[in-house]
Amino acid sequence: MNVGERLTDENFPESPEKATLEGKNKFLGFWLFLGGETVLFATLFGTYLGLRNSFGKGPEASEIFQLPIVFIATMILLTSSLTSVYAVLALKQNNVKAMRAWFYVTLLLGVAFLGLEIYEFVHYVHEGHTFTSGAFGSAFYTLVGFHGGHVLFGVLWIASLLVRNSGRGLTLYNAPKYYLFALYWHFVDVVWVFIFTVVYLMGKVG
Amino acid sequence: MSNAHAANKSVLWDWLTTVDHKKIGILYLISGGFFFLVGGLEAVLIRIQLMSPEMAFLTGDMYNQVLTMHGTTMIFLAAMPVIFAFMNAVVPLQIGARDVAFPFVNSLGFWLFFFGGVLLNLSWFLGGAPDAGWTAYAPLSTQSSGHGVDFYVLGLQIAGAGTLMGGINFLVTIINMRAPGMTFMRMPLFTWTAFVTSGLILFAFPALTIGFFLLMFDRVFEANFFDANMGGNAVIWEHIFWIFGHPEVYILILPAFGIISEVVATFSKKRLFGYSAMVFATVLIGFLGFMVWAHHMFTVGLGAVANSIFAVATMAIAIPTGVKIFNWVFTMWGGRIKFNTANLFSVGFIPTFVMGGVTGVMLAVAPADYQYHDSYFVVAHFHYVIVGGLVLGLFSGLYYWYPRMFGLMLNEALGKWNFWTFFIGFHLTFFPQHFLGLMGMPRRYFTYPAEFELGSLNMISTVGAGLMSIGTIIFLINIVVTHVKGEKVSGDPWDGRTLEWAIPNPTPHYNFLQTPLVRGLDALWIEKMAGNKKMTPAEPVGDIHMPNNSILPFVMSLGFFIAGFGFIYFNTAGTPALIAVIVGLGIGLACMFLRSWIDDHGHHLHKEDLLKEDKGVDV
Repeated sequence: MNVGERLTDENFPESPEKATLEGKNKFLGFWLFLGGETVLFATLFGTYLGLRNSFGKGPEASEIFQLPIVFIATMILLTSSLTSVYAVLALKQNNVKAMRAWFYVTLLLGVAFLGLEIYEFVHYVHEGHTFTSGAFGSAFYTLVGFHGGHVLFGVLWIASLLVRNSGRGLTLYNAPKYYLFALYWHFVDVVWVFIFTVVYLMGKVG
Repeated sequence: MSNAHAANKSVLWDWLTTVDHKKIGILYLISGGFFFLVGGLEAVLIRIQLMSPEMAFLTGDMYNQVLTMHGTTMIFLAAMPVIFAFMNAVVPLQIGARDVAFPFVNSLGFWLFFFGGVLLNLSWFLGGAPDAGWTAYAPLSTQSSGHGVDFYVLGLQIAGAGTLMGGINFLVTIINMRAPGMTFMRMPLFTWTAFVTSGLILFAFPALTIGFFLLMFDRVFEANFFDANMGGNAVIWEHIFWIFGHPEVYILILPAFGIISEVVATFSKKRLFGYSAMVFATVLIGFLGFMVWAHHMFTVGLGAVANSIFAVATMAIAIPTGVKIFNWVFTMWGGRIKFNTANLFSVGFIPTFVMGGVTGVMLAVAPADYQYHDSYFVVAHFHYVIVGGLVLGLFSGLYYWYPRMFGLMLNEALGKWNFWTFFIGFHLTFFPQHFLGLMGMPRRYFTYPAEFELGSLNMISTVGAGLMSIGTIIFLINIVVTHVKGEKVSGDPWDGRTLEWAIPNPTPHYNFLQTPLVRGLDALWIEKMAGNKKMTPAEPVGDIHMPNNSILPFVMSLGFFIAGFGFIYFNTAGTPALIAVIVGLGIGLACMFLRSWIDDHGHHLHKEDLLKEDKGVDV
C-alpha cells in the first residue's frame, strides 16, 4: 500500500503512527528528542534555582506573582493535554472528524494560554520586574519564555498540520505527524507543571 | 532511475542536495579536514610564539584570539565532524542498513555544522576572533569587547544544533535499522561506540545550547546571568559548560576506541578479545562521563565533599578504560599482526593513550590538582588524550576506511612516513610540556621570562610541532598521489570481518542489493569461514525505497547563518541587524514549513533496473 493512500476502516493498522519504518523512526526519534529537551529545560531550571533570590533592582517574586491567573493558565494548558488525548484516541479509531475537532480545541486552548502569558508578562514589566532588572528577572523570563516559545511553536505546528490536511483522511504519512504533535504537546504541558511548582508556588511561598 | 536522474543536474547541485549518508560522510570529512588544517595552523602560531623566552611574534590580544580559536576549532569544527564523517560512512554499512533513519535531517545536520563553522571563522575578517578561551569562562567572556565572543556563541550554537540532530539520527538508525540477525551483541564495536557517543551527544549538547543562550542573552540583550553586580553567578557558566564539556571528551574518544577495536582485530586476524567486556566498558565510560564534570572545578571552592565525590568518580573511569587497553593487547596476542599504516596508528595509540590516562588520574587527585591546575601539565594531559588518542585513532580510521569511502587505497610508503613523523613529532611536542607545567609554566600565557629556564623545553616542543606539521603535509601529499594514480581496489581489500566490506566498490548508493542475514559477531568473517563467497541474503531482490534529494537543508542553514549575523551585530548595527534576524529566521521557518507542506514519499528503485545495474559485479 502506498503511504500517501487514505486509510480505510478495513486496512487500518493498530498503530498507524508506527506502521511503517519511517513512522517507527519518527516515533523513536521524537522520544529521544524529548529526552534532549528534558536536559534543555533541566539546565534552565537549575539556572533559575540558582538565581531565583537574586532580585537585583526588581521586585521580589512573592510581591508580584499572581497565583489566580497562573492557576487559570495551568488549567487551560492541562485541559489542552486532555483534548489532545481525545484527538489521538479518535485517530486510532480512524475518526478523522473527531480528531480534527479535538485538535482544534487543543489549538484554541494553546492560544488562550499564550494570551494569558503575554498579559502576565506585560503586567510584570509594569511592576518593574524586567529581563534586565536582575538575575532573577533574566532567569524567570528565559525559563518561562522558553516554555512559552515551545507553546507558540506547538500552536503553529498543529495549525499548519490541520490546514495542510484539511479534506484529507488519515494516511500512514500524516498519522505519525499528528501523533508526534500530541507527544510534544504533553511534554510541553509536563514542563509547565514543573514551572508552576518551582517558579510560582515556590516563588510565592519562598 | 535515480542515477540517471542525478546525472541531469550539475555535480555541485548534487552535492548541495544530497541525502546519501556516504556523500554526507565525505562532506563532513572534507570540511572537518579543512578546519583541522586551520586549527593546526593556529597551533603552530602558538608554538612559534612560545618557542623562546620573551618572543614578540604573537602577543596580547592576538595571542588570545589564536589560542581561543585553536581550541574551539579543533574540538567543534575538526574532531566532531571527522567523527561524524566516519559514523556516516560506516555505521549504516556495518549494521546492514540501506540508509540512516532520517536522511533529510542528516543533510540538515551537516549544513548547520558547516555554516556554524564558517560563521565562527568569519570573525577573523570582521574585527577579531573570540578571545576568552575555548571554555569562554564568564565574566571574561561577558566582558570581552568587540564581537569576537558573539561569533563564538552564535557560530557554535548553529553548529551544535547540527550535532544534536546527528546524534538523534544515529541512535534511531542503530536501534531501528539493523539487518535481521544483527542483535545488539553482534554489532561491530565501532557501531557500539557510535551508539554510545550519540547518546552522550543527546544529553550533553542541550546543556551547551542553554549555556550559549544565557551567554548570548548576557552579551546581546543585557541579561544578568553571570553579572555578580546584578545578582548573577559566573560559576553557573562553569557548571553548564562542563556538564556538556566533560561528556564531550568521551563523545570524542569513544569513536576512536571503536576504530582501534576494528583495526586491531582486522590486522591481527583475530576476533576482538573480550567483546562483551568491551561493550560493557564503552557503556560504563559513557555513563561515568556525566558524573565527573566538577573535576574541572576543583579549585573553584565547591568544598571538600564535592571535590572528593568527583575525584573518586573520575578515577573510576580508569577501570573500564583499562579493560579496553588490555583487551586490545590480548587481541594482538598470538595474532598474525600486519603492521600497515592503519594498524601502526592503532598500535601507536595504545601506549600513548595510556600515558594520557595516567596523567588524568594524577589530575583527578583533588589536592594535587591545586598544584597542577592551569599549568602546562594540564595542557600536556589533554593533548595526550585528544591528539595522542583521538587524532591517532582518526588517522587509523582514515587509512582503514579510505578504500570504502573513496574506492582507493592510500599509499603505504607515504603512510608510514606520515605515521612516524606525526607520532615522533607528537611526543616531542607534548612530552616536555608535562615538565614545563611542573616547573611552573602556566597555560594561556603568551610568554615567560628567560630566567625561569623554560626556554629549552619549549624549543623542543616547538620543534615537535614542526615535525607534526611535516607529517600532516605528507598525509596531504598522500591524498593527492592516491587520487592522481586512482588505482581502484576491490570491495574487501583488508580481508575484513564486518559487513561494510561485504559490498562492491564503489559502494552502490542503496548500499545492499539484498539486506544481509547476520549469523553472528564479525558477520562477514563467519560467511568466509563457512566458505561462502558472499553474505547470505535475508530477502529476495525487490524494489528499494530511497529518499529524495533536497536543497532545503542548505537553504535552512543559510537562513540561520544570516540570522546569526543579525544577532552578532544586534547591539551595534541597529536596524540592519534586526532585518538580518527577521529575514534569516524567516528563511529558516519557511523551509521548515515547506518541508511539512510538500509531501515527500521518496522514490523506488525497481527490481529490474537493479538487476541490470548489478550485472557483472561480484557481490
